[in-house]
Amino acid sequence: MSGETLFSGAVLVGILTSGIRLATPYLYAAIGETFGQRSGVLNLGVEGQMLLGAFAAFYVALVTGSLWWGVLASLAVGALMGLAMAVVTVNFQAEQGISGIGFYLFGMGMSDLLFQKLVGTVKTIQGFQPLHIPLLSDLPVVGKIFFSHNWMVYVAYLLVPLGWFVLNKTTLGVKIRAVGENPKAADSLGISVGAVRYYTIIQGGILSGLAGAALSVGLLNVFQENMTSGMGFIAVALVYFGAWKPLGVLGGALLFSMVNALQLWMQVLGIPIPPDLAVMLPYVLTILVLVVSVSKVRAPAALAKPFEREE
Amino acid sequence: MKKVIWFLAVLGIVALALSGCGKSAATQPAQQEQAKPFRIAVILPSSIHDLAFSQSMYDALVAVQKQMGGESAMQFVYSDGMYKVDDAAAAIRDYASQGYDLIIAHGSQYGSSLQEIAPDFPKTSFAWGTTVDTFGMPNVFAYEAASEQGGYVNGVMAAKLSKSGVLGVIGPIETGDAQRYVEGFIAGAKATNPNVKVQVTWTGSFSDVSAAAEAANTHIAAGADVLTGTAQMVVGAIGVAKEKNVLWFGTQADQSSLAPKIVVANQVYHWEIVLTQMIDLIKKGTLGGKAFAINLANGGEVVEYNPQFNLPKDAKEAAEAAIQGIKAGSIKIPLNTKK
Repeated sequence: MSGETLFSGAVLVGILTSGIRLATPYLYAAIGETFGQRSGVLNLGVEGQMLLGAFAAFYVALVTGSLWWGVLASLAVGALMGLAMAVVTVNFQAEQGISGIGFYLFGMGMSDLLFQKLVGTVKTIQGFQPLHIPLLSDLPVVGKIFFSHNWMVYVAYLLVPLGWFVLNKTTLGVKIRAVGENPKAADSLGISVGAVRYYTIIQGGILSGLAGAALSVGLLNVFQENMTSGMGFIAVALVYFGAWKPLGVLGGALLFSMVNALQLWMQVLGIPIPPDLAVMLPYVLTILVLVVSVSKVRAPAALAKPFEREE
Repeated sequence: MKKVIWFLAVLGIVALALSGCGKSAATQPAQQEQAKPFRIAVILPSSIHDLAFSQSMYDALVAVQKQMGGESAMQFVYSDGMYKVDDAAAAIRDYASQGYDLIIAHGSQYGSSLQEIAPDFPKTSFAWGTTVDTFGMPNVFAYEAASEQGGYVNGVMAAKLSKSGVLGVIGPIETGDAQRYVEGFIAGAKATNPNVKVQVTWTGSFSDVSAAAEAANTHIAAGADVLTGTAQMVVGAIGVAKEKNVLWFGTQADQSSLAPKIVVANQVYHWEIVLTQMIDLIKKGTLGGKAFAINLANGGEVVEYNPQFNLPKDAKEAAEAAIQGIKAGSIKIPLNTKK
């Protein structure tokens, strides 16, 4: 196998399969963040939410022996952190960039502390197994690439059409977009800006927690301090890259992950690329694409601006 | 009213800050008296529970403390998780001002910080690893691990045990300790089976668990049925190996507990012999200027087989032969590593 060139069929299948799988945590976190940002809220604390969600899922799974309780725990933790962020953003109207970083630091420190006190040493668990879908998983090539993953991967991708639908075809979506573009006008029409933002922020927290769980019990089967290593921030960047649209976010997540898978395979096959350069590739390519595809996208007009109701 | 509260708050904070600052001048570094315990402070780049680099030093300090007779003879404190070099530099300076006898900066990334700080504390001994550079300073020791030796032995066993003839290596950054281990592994594998294919990836980080796991997945998808790697990130790779039932060879610490069924053997670092030598020298008045190495011959590196893994006889014999050969000097491992 390893004598093959980069563009042989088996290797391409390998790269695509890895890429699909790698994009999972980014998708959860970025779709969640998209909703938040469309409603005008910038949440930089995604990384902290992911870490606490990852730890919660791992620890509860370790202690109860059930992965599902672990996932539930990560949802609860994500929701709690989302709630805290919502209070800070909507009620205290704090500077969102700063409060986000505060949550990031809290999430990182707390997950570290809890891990040290409750688990102590590095341990592995048995994570979710691949889910076999009748008919689809058995398709040659396509089956391996798209349908050989566990449920957390599938759900992450389902979030894309779901997110698109909610944002563009439902009343809730209209409200979210209105609040993000012109909260004053929305408020005058009777839309509760605070309530809408509470919703998107808490949902974002839940999805970030789930992203963390995807990492610890879906992909890596382990928890380690700072295991997300910046993934949460990449997810936030992907929202910008995707022009605040779920489909765009999907494109960004796939580009980033595919190139990551590509550089790994290049190294494994012994293609003489300096490893430092290889590791840089996903980031560099994403920036290049961003630069080249200049378009008339602009952020939601009220992004990161606290809304104060004038009486 | 608001202004009064602000003023009081600021006053309170200033008072707290000042109370924390006062300790530097008070204690003198312990002179070489038998009665006072020998005090060591160590700075580690990752957790003491990482089952790799940092844990190896922590375990060694615990062992040495026991050897020396407990807390009355030797005390040590640690700051772990110092992957940010600036934090580490602050910690080193802090410990130095508190009069510790020996401060160990366990990580090659701390070199430039040490270079700056050591001259300010001529009565304190500093140790830096893994490296051989003492900067020519009289109060800096250096220590390193000849990691290629255990790497070679692991490579020998890996080549024997692999059914597919493809081995996967997951490295962090291509430098120092990690590079030596990988070169040793490849040398040992090729010496045992010239046709074996060794795939090598570098994740670009010592701590990126995700990257290590993905690298492992890729290696396995490309045909590897035996994996190895080094640095604290390998936890991710071992998790994947466990799931896919692929064998693992570890280094730096005993990683068997992570996956008892598939971890074959580990090259365990026993820094104790370096520590005891340094402590002796410091007590006699030499605070630095020497470089130490751990290797198979001096017992600083030990290849420990996982008792829960059923190692076939021919693999074990080949490993033992390799160990003897390296100790005797009859097996030489060529290295391209820049030191």
